[in-house]
Amino acid sequence: MTSSLTHPQVSGGPTGSALLEVDDLHVEFRTDYGVVNAVNGISYTLSAGETLAILGESGCGKSVSAQTIMGILDSPPGFVTGGEIRYQGRDLLQMSAKEQRDIRGEEISIVFQDALSSLNPVFTVGMQIGEMFRRHRGYSRGDAKKAAVELMDRVRIPSAKERVGDYPHQFSGGMRQRVMIAMAIALDPAILIADEPTTALDVTVQAQIMDLLGELQRDTGMGLILITHDLAVVGEIADRIAVMYAGRIVETGATDAVFGAPAMPYTQGLMASIARVDQKGQRLNPIVGAPPNLAALPTGCPFHPRCPRATPRCPTELPLLREVVPGRRAACHYAEEVLGV
Amino acid sequence: MARYIARRLLLAIPVLFGASFLIFAMVFALPGDPIRALAGERALPAAVQAQLNEEYNLNDPLLVQYGKYVAGLAQGDLGEDFRGRPVSDILEQTVPVTVKLSLVALAFEAVFGLIAGVLAGIRQKSFFDSLVLVTTTLVVSIPVFVLGFVAQYVLGLKLGIFPIAGVASGFSGYLLPGFVLAALSLAYVARLTRTALVENLRNDYVRTAKAKGLSPMSVVGKHTLRNSLIPVVTFLGADLGALLSGAVVTEGIFNIPGLGRAVFQAIQNQEGTVVVGIVTLFVFVYILFNLLVDVLYAALDPRIRYE
Amino acid sequence: MSEPRTPTTRGTGGPEPSAALDRDLLAATPSTTSADGAPVPPGSGGAPSAQSDDTRQASLWSDAWRQLRRNKLFLIAVVLLGVLTVMAAFPGLFTSLGDPREGGCSLSNSKMPPSAQAWFGYDIQGCDHYTNVIYGARVSMIIGLVVVAGSGVIGLVLGALAGFYGGWFDILVARLTDIVYGLPIVLGAILILNAFPNRGLLQVAVALIALSWMTVLRLFRSSVISVKETDYVAAARAMGATNLRIILKHILPNALAPVLVYSTIAIGGIIAAEATLSFLGIGLQLPAVSWGLQINSGRNLLRTAPHVIFFPSIFLSVTVLSWILLGDALRDALDPKLR
Repeated sequence: MTSSLTHPQVSGGPTGSALLEVDDLHVEFRTDYGVVNAVNGISYTLSAGETLAILGESGCGKSVSAQTIMGILDSPPGFVTGGEIRYQGRDLLQMSAKEQRDIRGEEISIVFQDALSSLNPVFTVGMQIGEMFRRHRGYSRGDAKKAAVELMDRVRIPSAKERVGDYPHQFSGGMRQRVMIAMAIALDPAILIADEPTTALDVTVQAQIMDLLGELQRDTGMGLILITHDLAVVGEIADRIAVMYAGRIVETGATDAVFGAPAMPYTQGLMASIARVDQKGQRLNPIVGAPPNLAALPTGCPFHPRCPRATPRCPTELPLLREVVPGRRAACHYAEEVLGV
Repeated sequence: MARYIARRLLLAIPVLFGASFLIFAMVFALPGDPIRALAGERALPAAVQAQLNEEYNLNDPLLVQYGKYVAGLAQGDLGEDFRGRPVSDILEQTVPVTVKLSLVALAFEAVFGLIAGVLAGIRQKSFFDSLVLVTTTLVVSIPVFVLGFVAQYVLGLKLGIFPIAGVASGFSGYLLPGFVLAALSLAYVARLTRTALVENLRNDYVRTAKAKGLSPMSVVGKHTLRNSLIPVVTFLGADLGALLSGAVVTEGIFNIPGLGRAVFQAIQNQEGTVVVGIVTLFVFVYILFNLLVDVLYAALDPRIRYE
Repeated sequence: MSEPRTPTTRGTGGPEPSAALDRDLLAATPSTTSADGAPVPPGSGGAPSAQSDDTRQASLWSDAWRQLRRNKLFLIAVVLLGVLTVMAAFPGLFTSLGDPREGGCSLSNSKMPPSAQAWFGYDIQGCDHYTNVIYGARVSMIIGLVVVAGSGVIGLVLGALAGFYGGWFDILVARLTDIVYGLPIVLGAILILNAFPNRGLLQVAVALIALSWMTVLRLFRSSVISVKETDYVAAARAMGATNLRIILKHILPNALAPVLVYSTIAIGGIIAAEATLSFLGIGLQLPAVSWGLQINSGRNLLRTAPHVIFFPSIFLSVTVLSWILLGDALRDALDPKLR
């Protein structure tokens, strides 16, 4: 897959200005039941101030790739078997464990989906936020607590001063997610990865959290990687999107362009499966079938068993991600037809 | 919390009465005549026998006997044995010995059990992990008295590292019996710690801790260990019974003048008052420890609130 | 307040401890994903329905059996227990000397160390120690099985009544459980057994049963409570099922796995307890043949004739070990959470 090195990647801008470059990343899980190919050569870049949405069904490898970037992949069973993750030009995968830890939380941080289980139940939220300052900045206990209160204010947790000594279970779901966000942005990271940050929340709270993330990003100019299966969320704040399927990126482009006219049948299916206000009363069109078993991927295009356009070529030949029109890339033999160009 | 503790203590009262009555009944409803047993081969004059029976309330119905015992207890009088020695004196002499022995055992359990469990837990499926698994399984299978003989034979007789019996030589005399007493629970502590640690290491908040850039040491030591201690603490509290039970055997084998040996001798001599006093004390300590465990529980896990 | 020891949360982690990673991978297999691709969290079949109950049980046991067959420790335990059972039933198959109580002993052989003629040496009476040890298996196996069966029945009945009817009976049982739990088993057994000047298997078994019914009771009581409010019990009741039928048909099968695991391990503990009591001189009495008695007879011979203690100790420990291994294997097979 040397082609990925020579072509400009998912980024709109030139490679040199990119904050983060993921290059042909491969991750597999070695389990008792066989090898699971979770990530099969994905590449993308992220610039400062940019929001990249990574979209896909559960099990498509989007969370695994995020954990790999963070360096928190459970190993074993997870192993990076190829590729590079360059942060400001340096390959994270080649750094020592200590160097990686110094970057974690300080330069790149992450917000997880389920704040209740992601926060330690036996420590106060103040301690858990303050720990960032104690670990990376050497703050005293008291200073760390003060900093935690400021951050809780910043993510608009009411009466932060009184609540800094409370435990995670004493907060509502939305407030807990704000605590997670406060923790993640504590040290003004250059990159924030939000891994399904709103999936576990009520719809009204979801909007508030997304607004908060967008606002924080505008204030700090950090790059934001938003991992989600929720198209509505993507449409609102993402600059670009990358659609993942079976551990591969199958389509990329500017959000509006992809939303306006998908170049890959899978993306089309995703768009069709959400209820849209202007289509009220119409039938939803879910994608038939189930995502492929990553331990035994279909031959050729992994989407072909579910694809309405599949031809005899599809099960035999793997379509590579290629430029269809300027700024648009898709992994489909018939991308032009799908796009209608 | 204070109200909770008060209520638990109140609840302990009927349990204590129930237990002491149960023990009292078992001891004094026994067939056999303790006064005659005391006299041995030589028969006592009938008048002396009658007087002794009267003195120790042995003629009264069981409930009356128990009532008199409790009345004495309320005034701090635990009664006396048939030789006229107050039970409180016996306790005064034997309790410190057993407390020391139990503390040594508890220290062995906590220190070695936790270390073995943590090391096995963070290096799952390693050689050390398997070693801990095999060793603990073996230890759990060997009854305390057998283990006592093995320890005496190997460490005392063959290697001569430890005194083989008695505590006349001071603290070193407590080490071997303390270890034997601890062995079974040590194995459980190691296994429990391992299981809890492995389970907790799978939790999402461990991932969060890693994502903060914490070192593996802090991830395990700070974020996981405290959660893993919760079941271990519960076990240690509930395990006190096993420790006291073990003390009966261990103190016998190693000839240690503690509560365990005292109660065993008292049972065999049918010294009812002594038995009731000591065993009720055991039950009381057990109840107290369970309360302590519940309080500790709340301290370790803020999600638990008692009201 | 009937159960003051149960705090609001028992678990050590959050309500859903599985990592997002696991969910991701699990969802990738077709069976756990709904048609629209949304992940179905593992175990979210909703309340178990009456229809699925039997099949769920069946698959639990057949899965467990499949796993057990591949477990080497399980096979070792089964073989050992098989040998011990035969030894207990037909000791004559293992030794030609016959019951050690029926003569054949010669004081001139007293305390002789192991040799080619007498593999385990001779005891203090000059009896062949190998024969002693073989004949000792019977008591241990019988006491283990009888006591665990007896305490299991008591625990199940009381647990069912306490869990199903609650109220004052539940409170009474809870207090009684507290009291007996507070009494260490060996100590309690000493107290009880001291009341019997002549002690045989029956007395020892009764004493141990009286002190070991509590755990099954608690396990079964909480199973009953957790199941009795579910929809399928309500459905069964609506169809006119009696309480007894509900307990036997719907609750017992669900609660059987933990009770079985506990009981298997408990057999080992009971065997050790009997040996301890006999060793202390408060359990079985001579001329009974028990490993505990044999170890007791050698307690002052540690310097001169350690073999008298050694061989029964080995047999005793291996027997206890076999039951524990069997219980461990059962637990691993029946409780997928621990895998």
